[in-house]
Amino acid sequence: MSIDPSEDRSVSTLPEGLWTQPVPSVPVDLGDDPVQRQVVPASMRYDYSPGLATSRFLRGLAEKRILGERCPETGEVYVPPRGVSPVSGLRTTEQVEVGPKATITSFCVVHIGFGVNAPPTPFVSALFLPDGAAVSLYGTMGEIAHDEVRIGMRVEPVWVDDADLTTSMENIRYWRPIDEPDVPAEQLKGHM
Amino acid sequence: MRDVAIVSVAQSRHRRAATELNEVEMIQPVIRQALDQIGASIADIGFTCSGSSDYLAGQAFSFVMTLDAVGAWPPIMESHVEMDGAWALYEAWLKIQTGAADTALVYSYSKASPGDLPRVMSRMLDPYYVGPLWPDSVAYAGLQARAMLDAGAITERQMAEVAHRNREAARSNPHAQVVGSASVDELLAAPMLSDPLRVHDCPPISDGGVAVVLAAGDRARAWVDRPAWIRGIDHRIDGHQIGARDLTTAPSVAIAAQHAGVEGTFDVAEVHAPFTHQEQLVLDGLGLDDGVQLNPSGGALAANPMMAAGLIRLGEVATRILDGSVGRGVAHATAGHLLQQNLVCVLEGGD
Repeated sequence: MSIDPSEDRSVSTLPEGLWTQPVPSVPVDLGDDPVQRQVVPASMRYDYSPGLATSRFLRGLAEKRILGERCPETGEVYVPPRGVSPVSGLRTTEQVEVGPKATITSFCVVHIGFGVNAPPTPFVSALFLPDGAAVSLYGTMGEIAHDEVRIGMRVEPVWVDDADLTTSMENIRYWRPIDEPDVPAEQLKGHM
Repeated sequence: MRDVAIVSVAQSRHRRAATELNEVEMIQPVIRQALDQIGASIADIGFTCSGSSDYLAGQAFSFVMTLDAVGAWPPIMESHVEMDGAWALYEAWLKIQTGAADTALVYSYSKASPGDLPRVMSRMLDPYYVGPLWPDSVAYAGLQARAMLDAGAITERQMAEVAHRNREAARSNPHAQVVGSASVDELLAAPMLSDPLRVHDCPPISDGGVAVVLAAGDRARAWVDRPAWIRGIDHRIDGHQIGARDLTTAPSVAIAAQHAGVEGTFDVAEVHAPFTHQEQLVLDGLGLDDGVQLNPSGGALAANPMMAAGLIRLGEVATRILDGSVGRGVAHATAGHLLQQNLVCVLEGGD
């Protein structure tokens, strides 16, 4: 496999000066002509299969529906479902549509965006608790200034255009505020 | 030393590809069965240990997700090995020996079907001097088979007989994937896959898992009438540098067998020999009498879920002790390429 020198990156992609690479604390004698680096390309292809419950969830997303599954012991609804209640270890069998309205349970204002898909900074990433669900989904906020986001804020997902819907989490472009009163933090206990 | 026993065993119906299931959905019924059949819940378990490898399904930290199948709430004492589940059982046995737990749940599994297993297996090798050459696991095993044939340690007919015996035995194994075999002559007439290995010399690629419950002393007796007591267990490793090993012997099997107390007569032996030529190497290391019933399950040639096939060998022996059909057995598990690491366990019924 040939190496593209432009992709032969240094160890860190972090912004300069944010976290520096450590300098060896002892002098290293590598001799006259040291081999300091070996490039060993490796790639493997996998055909991922999401399983029964997560397939139901992904098919729901393609219809702009968020489908959780209920724990038969506690009654809590988990999303995305993995087919098993993480609390009881029992199979979840009942599908429950949750959301699309949701409540912010925590958020972070991001000033340094890593990777090519990061929105323009500063942006807000947050945990969104869909109505009826026991656990939050991760996503980003839009249509609001970053310093106006708060825990308890009511939101709804903004979906991609219908023609672009697939079985993917990327169907939700971002979440935006809706005109409903905040949920008191007290009511979010156990879900944060 | 505390008396520790296997008190429950469950395994999946192994198959080439559990395409419709994720790993949690695949292993959850197995874990539930192991607990349910002795009336146990996770609250009765002092320590949980699993064996799996993220490389197989190609999913990072997949073992953490699989904990959903245990129900880790309230938080549990848990550990994981990137090894066959037999080594997870060893860790759990040690944990019980220290007194930190009286009971343990051990499980292991793999979905190898999403990837190209013979290539994935090459990632276990030295990443700088062997890994870049991508030797596949079947060709690698061929090096060992060729060395044995050349040394007169085995014949191609004997290898075919191993395949035939194991896969015929698998007819009575409800969990087996490859059941029944063509005649030895027909097997020998088949073309080579990686010379000197034919298809019948190789294990199937399997998706599946196994779960076992361990308990100490009176806790074991309270759960079952006839616990399968671990009378000895040991594991040893040969050097990873293949060129530094004599591939026609498996000294780490012999040393593990010695330290596990393999002596006297056994009713049954389950050995983990993924390739036909390896069975003889393991048997030479164990030094068993001729009278022993060998691999009644069909062994890894009948079903070979990576990370589970070794623990299944212990489970197959334990199951026969638990149901009263045998009194004493020995189980062997291997990990790595060409019998690099070996674990031997002596199991016995009785009070």
